[in-house]
Amino acid sequence: MQFMLLFSRQGKLRLQKWYVPLSDKEKKKITRELVQTVLARKPKMCSFLEWRDLKIVYKRYASLYFCCAIEDQDNELITLEIIHRYVELLDKYFGSVCELDIIFNFEKAYFILDEFLLGGEAQETSKKNVLKAIEQADLLQEVRVECCRSKRFGNFAERDS
Amino acid sequence: MALKIVKGSIDRMFDKNLQDLVRGIRNHKEDEAKYISTCIDEIKQELKQDNIAVKANAVCKLTYLQMLGYDVSWAAFNIVEVMSSSKFTFKRIGYLAASQCFHEGTDVIMLTTNQIRKDLSSPNQYDTGVALTGLSCFVTPDLARDLANDIMTLMSHTKPYIRKKAVLIMYKVFLKYPESLRPAFPRLKEKLEDPDPGVQSAAVNVICELARRNPKNYLSLAPLFFKLMTSSTNNWVLIKIIKLFGALTPLEPRLGKKLIEPLTNLIHSTSAMSLLYECVNTVIAVLISLSSGMPNHSASIQLCVQKLRILIEDSDQNLKYLGLLAMSKILKTHPKSVQSHKDLILQCLDDKDESIRLRALDLLYGMVSKKNLMEIVKKLMLHVDKAEGTTYRDELLTKIIDICSQSNYQYITNFEWYISILVELTRLEGTRHGHLIASQMLDVAIRVKAIRGFAVAQMATLLDNAHLLTGNTQRNGICEVLYAAAWICGEFSEHLEDPMQTLEAMLRPKVATLPGHIQAVYVQNAAKLFATVLQKHEGETDSQAAQETSQLLIERLPLFVQSANLEVQERASCILQLVKYIQKLQQKNVEVADEVTALFAGELNPVAPKAQKKVPIPEGLDLDAWINEPPSESESEDEKPKAVFSKEEPKHSRTRHTEVDEKELARRREVRKQEQANNPFYIKASPSSQKVFDAPGVEHIPVVQIDLSVPLKVPGMPMSDQYVKLEEERRQKDKADKKKKDKKKKREKRGKGRKGDSGPESEEDITPAQQVDIVTEEMPENALPSDDDDKDPNDPHKALDIDLDKPLADSEKLPVRTHRPEVLKSPAEDRENESVPQESKKKSSKEKKEKKKDKEKDRKRSKEEKKKKKKHKEVEEELMESQPEEAVQSEDTKEMAAPPTSAEEVTAPSSAAAVDTSSAAAADSEPDEPKDTEPEDTKSSKHKKKKQKKEKEEKEKKKKKRHHHHHHHRHHSDGGGEDSVQNGTVEDEEPLPPMSNYSLLAENSYIKMVYDIQGNHQDESKVVVSVIFENKSDSFLKSMEFNVLDSLNSKLQRPDGAGPHDGLTVPFQLPPGVSNEARFVFSVQSIVMPQKLKGTLTFIVKSEESSTHEKLDFKLHFTCTSYLITTPCYSDAYAKLLESGDLKGSSLRLEGVNMPFHHLLARICFHHHFSVVERIDSCASMYSRSIQGHHVCLLVKTSDQTVSIDAKCDEPSLLGNVLDEIKQTFSKC
Repeated sequence: MQFMLLFSRQGKLRLQKWYVPLSDKEKKKITRELVQTVLARKPKMCSFLEWRDLKIVYKRYASLYFCCAIEDQDNELITLEIIHRYVELLDKYFGSVCELDIIFNFEKAYFILDEFLLGGEAQETSKKNVLKAIEQADLLQEVRVECCRSKRFGNFAERDS
Repeated sequence: MALKIVKGSIDRMFDKNLQDLVRGIRNHKEDEAKYISTCIDEIKQELKQDNIAVKANAVCKLTYLQMLGYDVSWAAFNIVEVMSSSKFTFKRIGYLAASQCFHEGTDVIMLTTNQIRKDLSSPNQYDTGVALTGLSCFVTPDLARDLANDIMTLMSHTKPYIRKKAVLIMYKVFLKYPESLRPAFPRLKEKLEDPDPGVQSAAVNVICELARRNPKNYLSLAPLFFKLMTSSTNNWVLIKIIKLFGALTPLEPRLGKKLIEPLTNLIHSTSAMSLLYECVNTVIAVLISLSSGMPNHSASIQLCVQKLRILIEDSDQNLKYLGLLAMSKILKTHPKSVQSHKDLILQCLDDKDESIRLRALDLLYGMVSKKNLMEIVKKLMLHVDKAEGTTYRDELLTKIIDICSQSNYQYITNFEWYISILVELTRLEGTRHGHLIASQMLDVAIRVKAIRGFAVAQMATLLDNAHLLTGNTQRNGICEVLYAAAWICGEFSEHLEDPMQTLEAMLRPKVATLPGHIQAVYVQNAAKLFATVLQKHEGETDSQAAQETSQLLIERLPLFVQSANLEVQERASCILQLVKYIQKLQQKNVEVADEVTALFAGELNPVAPKAQKKVPIPEGLDLDAWINEPPSESESEDEKPKAVFSKEEPKHSRTRHTEVDEKELARRREVRKQEQANNPFYIKASPSSQKVFDAPGVEHIPVVQIDLSVPLKVPGMPMSDQYVKLEEERRQKDKADKKKKDKKKKREKRGKGRKGDSGPESEEDITPAQQVDIVTEEMPENALPSDDDDKDPNDPHKALDIDLDKPLADSEKLPVRTHRPEVLKSPAEDRENESVPQESKKKSSKEKKEKKKDKEKDRKRSKEEKKKKKKHKEVEEELMESQPEEAVQSEDTKEMAAPPTSAEEVTAPSSAAAVDTSSAAAADSEPDEPKDTEPEDTKSSKHKKKKQKKEKEEKEKKKKKRHHHHHHHRHHSDGGGEDSVQNGTVEDEEPLPPMSNYSLLAENSYIKMVYDIQGNHQDESKVVVSVIFENKSDSFLKSMEFNVLDSLNSKLQRPDGAGPHDGLTVPFQLPPGVSNEARFVFSVQSIVMPQKLKGTLTFIVKSEESSTHEKLDFKLHFTCTSYLITTPCYSDAYAKLLESGDLKGSSLRLEGVNMPFHHLLARICFHHHFSVVERIDSCASMYSRSIQGHHVCLLVKTSDQTVSIDAKCDEPSLLGNVLDEIKQTFSKC
């Protein structure tokens, strides 16, 4: 996989993960182009399109579009599966995820993605394992955040919890 | 007061975390940019705080802003700071930010090397994981080189969580640093059989990706993968493996045969569509690769087509789309099987999804026949009318034309119909393909003589109604058809019913709004029409009509004479003068018609695309020779086809030769050919040219385009000669191709097919078209399997192969490990010297040993690191874990035996990448090898013998590769010794000399020790001494004990319960030639002075006959540098630090330093653990911190060969010592 983009129906980028090195300018250009192309497609259309020398696989979940770019020889269906798996993971993690969850916890969304994919390849096909890893990492984080907060960010605690 | 403000602002800043920022942005929809710029200002303030939590928060917000498209590259250094936080919470944010914001150009990346290395070896698996994840996004060639070894070690980590990440990231490392592939591959291969399915799947992923790029190097893994495929139940893994086989089969047809069965089984059994789809695709690929010379697998194809039909019939649009996509692959090789599903595909044309319709269109191309063409096109025309988007409509248009024109109009039975379709297509508004339609019109009118009458009539109508087309022509390309219309009317004006009317239409003032090149054709063809009109009225008593025509031209042409377009202007004025002259003659009642007609006489015939190439080269003509002495790249040959002819003439006389290599020539020929093929106006070979070629005919051949003048310059006869020869050549070729039968068949069919054409005329007319048919027909049909000469390079697999070879080809050449040079300096130096001459003598036995060492070293090190983290008790257990398959054997043997075992797995014929196997091959080639090895590797000799047996069977095949292997061996062994070297921030391999911090500790004939001391970040009173022990002898070294005489200040950390003078057992044994690293922790009190500690290493040398007790004394030198830790510092903090006045200064001058400034800095960074704060030209500020928190600041300036270092530190004696050490470093080099 070359990159993954999440954007809203309004064309706002919600998440981006690039597995190929590209300049910021190029990234922006690609994003703009793809968001436009994908949003222009009608709901009943199939999830694949050919774009430059890549294949774009996208899927809409509620108001969010999940969009992956894969190479010519890659399997579109498994990419859809990856997208779906990721959505399931988000869903499990946030508990029926919505766009706002991803906006406000975008770093978490990245962490989950990073546990699931690495360098553009699926690294863990078991949902359970991904979530376990995230939970444990969070645990590690939460303990520290908590002690940190209790010292310095007392006023935060309620808002975050 | 000031404090209050600061405090207040801090509070405010704390208030805004990521959520607040997001909320704020959402609340400021109108003035988002403004709001964000204030946020960025706040973030800048926050980043200046010392509190890492505040910084992390700021960095987190920046990451969000980066996603919104704001530039955050200015904060790169802060990101590094947050990355290096010891707290996971912040580290995680730092790495996330880095992975989102860093790219290869980010300069601070070079500062991260040590940090990442530290995190990779962190005892917390999540630290390691987060570092690996981040690294996968921003790994640079430098990072890849420096960290390759660390990551490789992690591939054998005890935790599968880390292993699988390490395995996956290795792929990125390979891409950035191809040299790492060879040394890392054996371990990667081991991971294919990792007990953890996640790791296994990761390894499959990586190897599959590698193999897809360069399949031939992975053929040897086929049996292993075959086993995996038949045993695995994980669809993700299966898909990858099947894909891998798809890449391998073109190289090894036997593999394809073997695959068909399991694949068809999977197709039958699986319920997962993705897997089914992958299987079908691979079966198709396999069948394509098998298509020649294999029994046909019609059953498999039928199965695929059936399954695809199910996909296409599915209500899921995605499956439908993919089904059609895969179908089109089958179509190429097995058109018959697909044709039977025509109904389904036609049905898809009505699908509401445009992308599905497009796929169906692709398929239609392959399923038309004479019978159904009209029906299908009619359907498509309906779609054209309905189509809403221009893109889809244009696509339809090109498809219609493609379908109709394929194989030289093979399926068209009635050309009048086709012309009407083309004319209908011109009614499309806003299409970009006017040019395409025009070229079709021209092509058909020229090649199908019988249709000319009809075509001319249609074109005349088009010209008459040009206003309909020109409505908004400036934007769309449909006016291009007028070009064709005007040319056809002019060229075949004898068929016009009312040339006068057409002439009038062509000279309307509105024409002046058309593009220049079309006007030019108008003017030129007006002249042709004029000639026709004259001819018609010649001999009539009343010359009124003819004179009126002249008058018309004289009236209208001045409009064109004024044209801004040169071409139009030139032609118009030329013709205007001509007409004026003719008018004069007419008034004198001179008969001019014949002479005027003669200007445009002659017939035009199409030329086969390959015709040019088939012109036999006349004797004495050297095509490789330059025509003009100074060879220029922009040779005009490529520009215009006409130029080719005029240029070829002088070649006869001039025979000054400049050699051009064959490839270049071939390339140029290819380019030219393509250009000609794409140029519809390039005149194609005429079969009937012999008949037709009377001198004037040639003159007007290239008239199509624009310039009459150019062809006029070309002498007629030589050209016609060329055409004649070319034609003969082509015919011979055709005979040779034995296409005779086909030809006849087609002729017959064609003859029958042309109902609309008048009988005898068409017989004759069709001949040229038919012959051209045959020439061109071959192109599409035979392109893939067996076209004679130039088609093979276009074979898709071959092309892929070449393309994808590139990345790995490099790695093949340069298997040298990066760290190697550093090792040359220190631990492996001797061995290096030792091994080089032997290599030159081709003592592969030595090489083999060396390689073994490396492997074991790697292995051992990984274990070693684990050991460091755990108690010694656990070691055994861990070993079992990481090498479960070897559990039966003793620990030592385990390590020796592991590679051979994996080698045994590999039974495929060629093993390019498998180093293990190759080592065995090398062994096999040396008859005296066993003798050499046995005493050394007593325990593993059994395995080796086994291996050798195997090798003998494969010897034949391997021989070919052997040379190759030797090569790699050498490099591998060269690089081996330093595997363990932990080097720091080396900037660039090329410009920077290799560096290593390991220095010699002690050495005797048995053992050599090198060491490096590093501060411990966590503990301010501890340093870690890493010692690499290298066994130089032929014997086994065991029971090593490391002991140091403690001083008051520095003490070796001994386990609880050990006495103050007890030695520490080195936690490994050393087989001959092997080295390994151990780490010892020392506690220190004062760090301001360097110190030396005396110590002793005792060990037992065990050879076959005897074992002796030996000892080696050494002195550990704790430099002040070793107490410094590379700590990043940003310029603001640095400035504050200097301003604070707490630091005391000192300075140092170095004379005669002859190295680039950045080398100098890199050396200081590397050897003395500094980091660059800021660098301006030849001046840089640097920072480091001692383990006890002393700040050390350097200001390094250089001019000429003098380097001055102004230094400040809160501990003057520490500073003095550090400066002395820096001085020493530079005096050494």
